[in-house]
Amino acid sequence: MLEIRNQATRTAPFPLATETVKGTAIAPLPPRARLSLRLRPAEAARIGSVAGLPLDRPIGTFAAHDERRALRLGPDEWLVSGPADETDELGARIAGDLAGIVHALVDVSHRNCGLAVSGAQAEAALNAGCPLDLSLAAFPVGAATRTLLGKAEILLVRVDAACFEVECWRSFAEYVRTFLVEAARGT
Amino acid sequence: MLLITCPHCGPRPELEFRYGGEAHVARPADPSALDDREWSEFLFVRNNPKGVFAERWNHAHGCQRWFNALRDTHTDAFVTTYPAGTARPDMAAEDVR
Repeated sequence: MLEIRNQATRTAPFPLATETVKGTAIAPLPPRARLSLRLRPAEAARIGSVAGLPLDRPIGTFAAHDERRALRLGPDEWLVSGPADETDELGARIAGDLAGIVHALVDVSHRNCGLAVSGAQAEAALNAGCPLDLSLAAFPVGAATRTLLGKAEILLVRVDAACFEVECWRSFAEYVRTFLVEAARGT
Repeated sequence: MLLITCPHCGPRPELEFRYGGEAHVARPADPSALDDREWSEFLFVRNNPKGVFAERWNHAHGCQRWFNALRDTHTDAFVTTYPAGTARPDMAAEDVR
């Protein structure tokens, strides 16, 4: 008889080792808590912040507080993230801050996975597949947006002049990682 | 690459956008009062001007919001973009900078 065991272990969608090509490091990031928040802009302006994170930042930027981040992706859409072991706590805190206000808060922690791309040529490697202007003048430190990398949709965050974080859906993870490795080879 | 100015995100590459057909097509107030010809015209018949055309666009790989744009179908130049639900601005192709 087939033995069925309860195996709920999460496996990483890509190899966990950092790959460095021509000075560009492509490093898988550990799992994070991620919550997709939809809220009317007028209510967001009235509330000001959730879980200590300001909501009124310009679209296409992120706000950070300790380990937590709120990416403003659109006029009524935020992606709030934090350490993986704080998922429930973060969700409860945001829901508490928004009690009585119409909103949608969805846990998407397992949907996305992250990669850090760093090095002097990180910008060039990303531009192999991303059509945005990634110069510091057009995409400064603190910028965060949804965009494209090759055929995959990604979230691109600039955490430092020479360090980007790329988040993609889990099923695109290996495509995005190998795309960046190939792109770094061409820089 | 053609840049399209999203009313929320600013100028962005065209790859991030999807086209949504003619803008400002009003749904009939009482569809059941229409005959088949009128209903099919509402569903399928669209303007096809050579010149400035009001269109719907979606910033699919950005903020994912719908918005409207005035585009010159002859030159492919965008005259302006404006949020969904607002009236068509009174602008002509000559207003393109």
